[in-house]
This record gives sequence, structure tokens and C-alpha cells, in this order.
Amino acid sequence: MTTSDAPGSPADPAHLLPSLEPVRLIDPDGTRAAPEAGAGFALPEPAVLLALLRAMVVGRRFDRQADALARQGRLAVYPSSHGQEACQVGGVLALAETDWLFPTYRDCVSLVTRGVDPVEVLTLLRGDWHSGYDPARHRCAPQCTPLATNASHAVGLTYAARRKGEDVAALVLMGDGATSEGDAHEAYNFAAVWNTPVVFLVQNNQWAISVPLRRQSAAPTLAHKAVGYGMRGYHVDGNDAAAVHAVVSRALAEARAGAGPALVEARTYRIDPHTNSDDPRRYRDDSEVDHWRRRDPVARLEALLRREGRLDDAGHRAMVDAADRLAISVRERIARLGGPRPEELFDHVYAAPTAPLRGQREEVRAWAEARRAARAGAPAADTGEEV
Amino acid sequence: MAEVSLGRALNRALRDALAADPDVLVYGEDVGPLGGVFRVTDGLTAEFGEDRCFDSPLAESGIVGTAVGMAMYGHRPVVEMQFDAFAYPAFQQVVSHVAKMRNRTRGRVALPIVIRVPYGGGIGAVEHHGDSSETYYAHTPGLRVVTPATPADGYSMLREAIACPDPVVFLEPKRRYWATEDVELPVRTAPMDQAVVRRPGRDATLIAYGPTVDTALLAAEAAAEEGREVEVVDLRSLAPFDDATVTASVRRTGRAVVVHEASAFAGYGAEVAARVTERCFHYLEAPVLRVAGLDIPYPPPRLEEYHLPSVDRILAAIDRLQWEAAWVPRPEAARSDGGAAADTGPAHRLEVGA
Ligand SMILES: Cc1ncc(C[n+]2csc(CCOP(=O)(O)OP(=O)(O)O)c2C)c(N)n1
Repeated sequence: MTTSDAPGSPADPAHLLPSLEPVRLIDPDGTRAAPEAGAGFALPEPAVLLALLRAMVVGRRFDRQADALARQGRLAVYPSSHGQEACQVGGVLALAETDWLFPTYRDCVSLVTRGVDPVEVLTLLRGDWHSGYDPARHRCAPQCTPLATNASHAVGLTYAARRKGEDVAALVLMGDGATSEGDAHEAYNFAAVWNTPVVFLVQNNQWAISVPLRRQSAAPTLAHKAVGYGMRGYHVDGNDAAAVHAVVSRALAEARAGAGPALVEARTYRIDPHTNSDDPRRYRDDSEVDHWRRRDPVARLEALLRREGRLDDAGHRAMVDAADRLAISVRERIARLGGPRPEELFDHVYAAPTAPLRGQREEVRAWAEARRAARAGAPAADTGEEV
Repeated sequence: MAEVSLGRALNRALRDALAADPDVLVYGEDVGPLGGVFRVTDGLTAEFGEDRCFDSPLAESGIVGTAVGMAMYGHRPVVEMQFDAFAYPAFQQVVSHVAKMRNRTRGRVALPIVIRVPYGGGIGAVEHHGDSSETYYAHTPGLRVVTPATPADGYSMLREAIACPDPVVFLEPKRRYWATEDVELPVRTAPMDQAVVRRPGRDATLIAYGPTVDTALLAAEAAAEEGREVEVVDLRSLAPFDDATVTASVRRTGRAVVVHEASAFAGYGAEVAARVTERCFHYLEAPVLRVAGLDIPYPPPRLEEYHLPSVDRILAAIDRLQWEAAWVPRPEAARSDGGAAADTGPAHRLEVGA
């Protein structure tokens, strides 16, 4: 904890200010951006660029597959990442193995990028359980739905890790709408006062369900909010994976070195409806979506790598094949999954079930058995636990 | 043995927990050098350093939210909400994350967090400083909600709460902070999730917790002078509920009154009355009654005596436990009217030599 009781004039906050123009390293047409647009950030090494593209190709394919499963009724709901792959992939690949990711409902692609089994990622959205993966194993918190509430968890976690002498940073994903929540404010302030290594990556996709950014905030940019907390703000082109990766990498490195947390605003766009059950025609114009489709993050990085001779058809084919294999395996494995066990409802409420819960568990077990028996069209005694 | 107040017992429990386990952290608003507005954390920063007991920014949701992250990384945070009504900003974190994390992650992530909340009225404080918020928490599966009524329990239950693998909302009856007991610390009392019989009696059961246990004991004493032996059960754990102890007592006595400060409507006493009725129906000589706060926002301090359960109100409730009568089954005719008669109340009372 840093405390400063010394009186004196406040430090000049100029170094905390974000650029008004988002940092960009690759132009939408896939050429290198002019040096001014990069604002001192360098294009990552070719190996990193290839890794970013590979993860985006896989992420895009996964996202399309999940969207299809939702439309077929095989997921309860799916909030799509379409158009935001550069933010999620660029951010996650900037993390070290030992760092933690704090994703939201929007960020399934970030979890796939982090290496979580995609079927486990979809457990929540399939409706089998609230979270399907082991957070400690992947160093990924459960996907968070109450807006901005996971931001303070990241602050606490990195604080605790520092107490244990471990070098752990965290990346919090949040939307533009979430920055209006009191919990975002509280987390920014805690992180700055405690000087914890947290990078808050705001995916400004312009919309919070149906509410546009201008009804959400009067700040010059969302990144400018950082200054009020004494935190560095960065403003980056969220459809440029190279720029997101470069900016988040620097923000993480500075945070680890003790310069405090950072707020990174990535300007991007939610191409799809809020979820598959939303109707965006009630609040936005298709022409706006078309404008952003022409700024596709995956096509942009692919074009640069091809133009600079780092990627050929065979290389690209290999990425697409890997993505297809993942999507097919997701589809097949989801189709084979059984349902969740009703008895499990009582298993994790407390470390050990309380007496009242033991009673309810017994009742539910009996109902479940009767239903299984009824479905099997045979008396319970004959079917046992099988069906 | 020595006279120890509840506040000092809690302070000693925090001190011993900090000394016993380096993963225990204490933080909140003004808990550092000041020692908390009720001095429960007095001296802890001086003894253990800023690293172990410290002031956080003034933001209850952030306090609980950071505790979630700390617990995810192996710590045992003990956070203080300055007053009952100022814990409300943290409600979303408590209900949506603290209570649910273990369940959401299929048991993979435990959150051993203690949220200490000074609660209840009776200290002459102005508004927002007297709420009894236990029902909000007790209604939330995944939380343990406990409240000590004595200094010995304050020590023992707080140590147990800090060691508990589940999150615990630890409600401290603030008007009992200065109440003392002759006790040698450290002390180990009954397990945190068990109710205890504070005073045995065979005629009726008073079910109380936290700030009303003492009032119930005083009422039991007064009732004894009038020839009624009233048993007092101190619930201690509001969630989970100790059905076994309460049911055994009411089956013995046949009459029950629940006493709490919170408003009666949809209050904790309603749950107690329902559970007792479900389990003791054939043993009951009278309906389960509630002596509770009025159904009003917490009153200004000069009127709080009307709101708080008093010895007199408890004695009046005991008097209403139908000592003169017993219940007998309704005649068949009355029963066959589709149950309508059941709603009209006590119409078929027979005197059987009470
Ligand atoms: C505290 C809270 N309030 C309301 C909601 C309902 N809700 C879900 S997503 C959403 C919009 C969020 O917008 P934004 O933060 O920009 O993220 P996006 O969905 O665009 O990724 C709302 C209002 C919620 N999940 N949590």
C-alpha cells in the first residue's frame, strides 16, 4: 500500500493523459500506419503478429459456431464477440502465463484464446452450470454478468498475490456501458490507491444493448477517466490487434514495474446484436454496421501479413483448418453432452451441505429419479440411475 | 477470570486470528490507527502493521469486491462495514459474488471472507445507524449469517467465522458492545452454527438472537416471578438455522415467541414461526407469536423505545399464549366447508381446566 501524507503541489498529470486519436499500427486496408498514428508504439514482431492472427481466426470461427448453436436453440443465449476479436485476442496474448484474466459474458473469445476448453466456456451459455472451467487452472475468473463488479476482484487478487511475493498482473475486460457503473469507479480508485498491477481494458463497442456511447458518458474519451484516479489512460484502435497487443503489453509492463494500474480504451464495434435475442434495428442503422464491417480486425491483420510476405495461402489454410477442427469438435461434443445432475444443485452452496439443504437434496433426488423412470417408461426399480 | 466487554472480546479475536494466520487481513473504513468507530480494531495496526490492518478507500462495494479477489488468491479477509445501513452499497457484491462464487465454480473457488457489520438500534443514534439488516443476508443462500449475544460468543464465533471455508456475515449487536461478562479469553463456546439454550424453562420458549437475547433473559426472569418458567434460546446462527435445538425446545414447552428488532413483516421471525409450526404443530398450545420492530423505517432515537422489543412487550406476548385454553379438533361440519372456516381464526376453543 502506498500512502502519501506529504503536503505539496500535485504532480503534473500530463503523462497520464491518453491520446485523443486512438493508437494505430495497422491501417484498415492492411498497410502499416504512419508513425504519428503509432504514438511511439512499435509493431510487434512477426511471430507475435502471426500468433495474433491465428488466435483471431480461431476465435472468429468459434464465435460463429457458438452463434449458430444459439440460433439452433442449443445454447440458451450467446452474446457475440464478432468484431471485437482484436481486443480480446490482443489483450489476452499480452498476458503472462501466471497473470489473471477477468472476462465478462461478452468475452468467450478471450477465454478460448487463453486456452480454456471451448465446451467448458459454453457451459454457462448452454445453461448447464454458471461456469464450466476451473478458474485456478487457467487463471481466468468466471465470466461476470453484473456489470463492472469483477473489476475490484482483480484489484484484490493482485494485491493478495503481491503480499505473497508473487508477480501477478491482471487484465479486466469491460464494456463502455460498464464504465458508468459505480463498481468501475470504485475499482479504478482502489487499484490506483493500492498501486496494484491491473489493466482495465474497456472494449468500447459503441453500444450498451441499445444505448449509444453519447448517452453513457460526456468524457472526452473513456480513457480520460483514468486521469481522475491518478492512473494512466491509453486510447487504442480496437480493430487493430497489433496496436491493442502493443498498448496492453506496455501497460502491463509499467504496472508490474510499479507505475500503477492503467485504463485502456479500445475503440471497436459490436457487429452483431447484443445477444441472439436482441433486435438492433430498433435502435441503430445498418449503414453504421456496414461502415464497421469494412474495418474488420481479422482481415486487416491478414492483409498486412500477406503484403509483407509473412503469410501465404498455405499458412492461412493451416489457420483456417485448425479453426474448423475446433468448431466441429465443439459442435459434436456439445451434441453428445448429457444434462446436468439435479442433485448437484446442493453440492456447492456451502463447503458442506447444511442440514436443511441435505433434506432438500433428498427430495430433489427422489423427483429426479421418478422423472428418469417416467421418461424411460418403466417402473423406477427397473431403470435405476441409468437414463 | 476478568470482566470483558463484547467489543474487547471481538478485538481479541481479531488479534489472535491475525497472530495465528498470516493470510488473515483486516481492512475497512477507519479501522487502522483510529481502531474503528466502535474501536473493535483498536491497536491492530500498531501491533501487526499497515500490511495486516489498514484503512481502505471509502467504498463498501470496493471493500467487499477486493475481498473477493483476495480470497480467490488464498487470503482470509475480514472486512468491516462501518454501520448496518452503510453496508447497502456492497449488497450486489455480497449477494452476486460472495454468496455465489463457490456454487458458480462448482466448488472450485471458496471465499473465506468475514464481513463484520455492527447492526441494530438502541444506542440513540440518528437515522441510518440503527438498521437490523439480517433478513437480507439470511435470505441469501451461500452466506452464513451469525450474531453473538455475549462476549464469550463474540470471541469464539468470530474466530470460528474467520476459520470457516464459507463466507460469513458477522452481525455485531452494537448496543451490546459495552456489555461485559466474566470470562477468560481465549474461550471456545458451542459451534457457530448451533443455537443454545441460555435459560431452561418448561412453560414457553423465547427465541431470540443478538441484541434481543438479553432482553429475553430479563423477560424470562420477570416471568419466573409470576410463576412461569420460560426457556430462552439464543439462535446465534441465523443461516443456516438450527432446527434441531429450536424444535426440541418448543416440543418440550408447547409455546413459542420470537423476539427481534427488525420489522416483523417478512422478517426473520416469520421464517422461525413457519419452521416451528411445520415441525411442532401437534405440540403447540398456541400460535407462535412475534415480538418485533414496528413496520416502519427505523425511528428517530427519541422514539426508538417504542420500536425495540422490551421486557414488557415480551411479557405481554407470553400472556397471550392461550394459557387458559387448549385446542381440540374442529367438528366435522365446520371442517367440510372447504377450509373457509380455518381462516376465521380461533372459533372452537374449549375450556379444559387450564
Ligand atoms: C449491474 C448490471 N446492470 C444491468 C445489466 C444488464 N445488462 C447486461 S449487458 C448490458 C449492456 C452492457 O453494455 P457494455 O458495458 O457496453 O458491454 P457490451 O454488452 O456492449 O459488451 C446491460 C445493461 C447487467 N448485466 N448488470
